[in-house]
Amino acid sequence: MSALEARGLTRRYGERIALADVTLTLEQGQTLAVLGSNGAGKTTLLRVLATLLRPHAGELSVLGHPLPGESWAVRGRIGLLGHEPMLYRELTARENLRLHGALHGVAAERIGEVLAAVALERRADEPLRTLSRGLVQRVAVCRTLLHAPDLLLLDEPLANLDPAAREIVEPLIGRSSGKARVLVSHEPAAALAEADLVLGLIRGRPAFLSAPAELDDAAVAELYR
Amino acid sequence: MSRPRSATVVVALLRAQLRLELRTFESLPAMCLFAVTTFVLFHFGLNVFQMSSDLASGVLWVTLLLAALLGINRIYVADAEQGGFDGFLLSPAERSTMLVAKILVLLVYMAIVELVAVPAFAILLLEPSLWNAFPGLLGVLALGNLGIAVIGALVGALAVRTQARDLIGPLMSLPLLVPVLICVAGWTAPLFRYPEAVGVAVRWPLVLALYDAIFGLIAFALFDFLLED
Repeated sequence: MSALEARGLTRRYGERIALADVTLTLEQGQTLAVLGSNGAGKTTLLRVLATLLRPHAGELSVLGHPLPGESWAVRGRIGLLGHEPMLYRELTARENLRLHGALHGVAAERIGEVLAAVALERRADEPLRTLSRGLVQRVAVCRTLLHAPDLLLLDEPLANLDPAAREIVEPLIGRSSGKARVLVSHEPAAALAEADLVLGLIRGRPAFLSAPAELDDAAVAELYR
Repeated sequence: MSRPRSATVVVALLRAQLRLELRTFESLPAMCLFAVTTFVLFHFGLNVFQMSSDLASGVLWVTLLLAALLGINRIYVADAEQGGFDGFLLSPAERSTMLVAKILVLLVYMAIVELVAVPAFAILLLEPSLWNAFPGLLGVLALGNLGIAVIGALVGALAVRTQARDLIGPLMSLPLLVPVLICVAGWTAPLFRYPEAVGVAVRWPLVLALYDAIFGLIAFALFDFLLED
């Protein structure tokens, strides 16, 4: 069973096409890097894969379940780490994670585990509004991993993290996590180093889909012109 | 993958929402202050220091409904602005659990507002004794609050997705709340009759209960579509 299979995936916002004719297959344990300039459709692709947006055309199967028909079966097996932490600023890290734990039917002990994994136990009982963006990002990593998802959808996951924090988070959401991953990044070199497959998007349309070794610099540079 | 127990999800959402309110005090103080201030304004504006029957019932319920709108407009704001909707939608939880949690939140808000507003109303405006009307009033408040909460939880979810939520919320809520207002005012008026309360016509509780039930079903049927793309 592939982690992802998309054929002719298309999504519009009104008349504007945000994603057009995306076809790809991602196997379990593999990483797909998605590159493109601002507005290229990267975040839209992640939100479609996360079941937050419905595709307007094409076929999509996530973890063996066709979407949007079986969205319910996929939710809870996906971890989305996006620009927004999806956490309440007035609640503490622990309270936010308790809420998400209840939403996913996760045992309370798991909250302590994920907080320890990102070295955040000491600040876990402070409201998020008092934490730095880097610390909030670590809490967001906890939220993403709380229910042990099979597929990680990561949009600039290391943004706001200092080098020490990156080292802590990297084993959890990086290639070594062993999970299937879709990684959106504005740092092509770093993304290519981690990827098994690279999708380049220009105005929502695929410019290329290939292995990193087959890509030349010019093709990548073209994405950002 | 199994779904989490709905009761657990509802309790978790309710607890989170009440914690948010306790830390920000964005809704409840405004609702209470609005209700009390309105009674003070009626007290001086109408130059009526004591009222009873239909007038008292109308003034009390119009004020409570308008105070409720302040809460309705805000119950989904944190979810919309801080990614709570997306976090919820990414989970396998039943969508209707959020509706139930928001209905319960509004019921708690209304109960607290009424704890402040009803005694203030009795002191500032009510001619007959509140104690005599109190047992009957509890029933009206319970069913009236339920109607307000069900309609508020549904309309709030619609309004928060629009740019002009402060306009759309009241614009959609008020017409839907008119039948609730008619029932609760009709039910409350005999309780506030002076010098002595009279019996309540049985049609008002029945019509209100029916309206609450119908709107509850509509809310459950529509809520999934409001949240999903």
